[in-house]
Amino acid sequence: MRYKDYYKIMGLARDASQDDIKKAYRQLARRYHPDVSDKPDAERLFKDLGEAYAVLKDPEKRAAYDELGTSWKAGQEFRPPPDWDAGFEFSGRGFDAGGAEAFSDFFEGLFGGGVGRGFTGGRARFDAQGQDHHAKVLVNLEDAYHGATRSISLRTPEVDSGGHVITRERQLNIKIPKGVRKGQRIRLTGQGSPGIGNGRAGDLYLDVDFEPHPFYRVDGKDVYLDVPLTPWEAALGATIEVPTPGGRVNLAIPAGTRDGKKFRLKNRGIPGNKAGHVYVIARLTLPPADNESAKHLYQKMRDQMPYNPRKHLEG
Amino acid sequence: MNRRTVTGIVLDEQVFYSLKDICQVCGSQKEWVFELVEQGVLHPTGEEEQQWQFSGSSLHTAMKARRLQRDLDLNLSGVVLVLELLEEIESLRSRLGMLASNNEPTAAL
Repeated sequence: MRYKDYYKIMGLARDASQDDIKKAYRQLARRYHPDVSDKPDAERLFKDLGEAYAVLKDPEKRAAYDELGTSWKAGQEFRPPPDWDAGFEFSGRGFDAGGAEAFSDFFEGLFGGGVGRGFTGGRARFDAQGQDHHAKVLVNLEDAYHGATRSISLRTPEVDSGGHVITRERQLNIKIPKGVRKGQRIRLTGQGSPGIGNGRAGDLYLDVDFEPHPFYRVDGKDVYLDVPLTPWEAALGATIEVPTPGGRVNLAIPAGTRDGKKFRLKNRGIPGNKAGHVYVIARLTLPPADNESAKHLYQKMRDQMPYNPRKHLEG
Repeated sequence: MNRRTVTGIVLDEQVFYSLKDICQVCGSQKEWVFELVEQGVLHPTGEEEQQWQFSGSSLHTAMKARRLQRDLDLNLSGVVLVLELLEEIESLRSRLGMLASNNEPTAAL
């Protein structure tokens, strides 16, 4: 296991008062809370913070942790000295039904993994629901049109036959249903941590995020696409072929199409009970005047097409 | 290694949960859910509470409210305010994303 510097995690000096610890926790909890923070590693930061706080807020655990000394560096390979905790009583040892997340191996090595050491006496039967797990799953737009399967690996704490908590890695293949949208959650009942005693297993929640696409933008179930047009296509009208995630389609561009005009391709957005639409946005482009004949054509337009786009700015 | 394919339920407007489901998932009393309904955070369909049906996204909102309240030590009005502001930030971000990409040079098709 690796040593964890709880003071560093909380940004505190080792002589911080209990009041400082509480204050630091509140401040950092607001900053790192995964439901609020936009930091990509908010979940891990928040978990580390919770673990650090669980130790430092409790004077007994804090004293035991301080006893390890100051020579350890965060991340250093760590083994607790034999009987290091002989003189300490942890009133809080054991499973914290308050819904605390599973703590690190380091924490569990020091203070017990909750279930294992706290409840081996067999005095009381103890049932608790297993923890819920949360994970992110990245899909691409094509997956939302056709459905897909994603493999994710989860680390789940489990209790072995000897009553010890071990972390087991497991792979899960998950079906991503057709029609899934960015920001949606998928609930997988019973795929979280196993329950304790007769408690039911926790659930797994997946946050669906979309991989950015080189040319489609997604808004809910609608898909947006910028399509460059030449000035003559926009001015004279044309039929052009445009891609959509469901396949290429022909789109009639009416004469006199202006930059930014939106065309709706009905029901060609993300499929579902009510399918989304594809919006094609016309983007006018300017051919470069980089050779003699192009320059000549522009000159001809200048001389033969009376056009003043700045009329409204004139005094 | 345990490898099988599992299918989940998308928490959208097509799935429904009862008051009891919400309480069980959130580990809460029903009075707590009543307050969220009263505050306009959750919008169940159905007249009587026994017939109340909450959408999948309501279940997700309730879970989020529960976490915020527990982890940040907030009262319910605080939670409601945070949820509303988060929703607003989300919609502004998505609009910003659309505007930003409108101004970028057009990608080749």
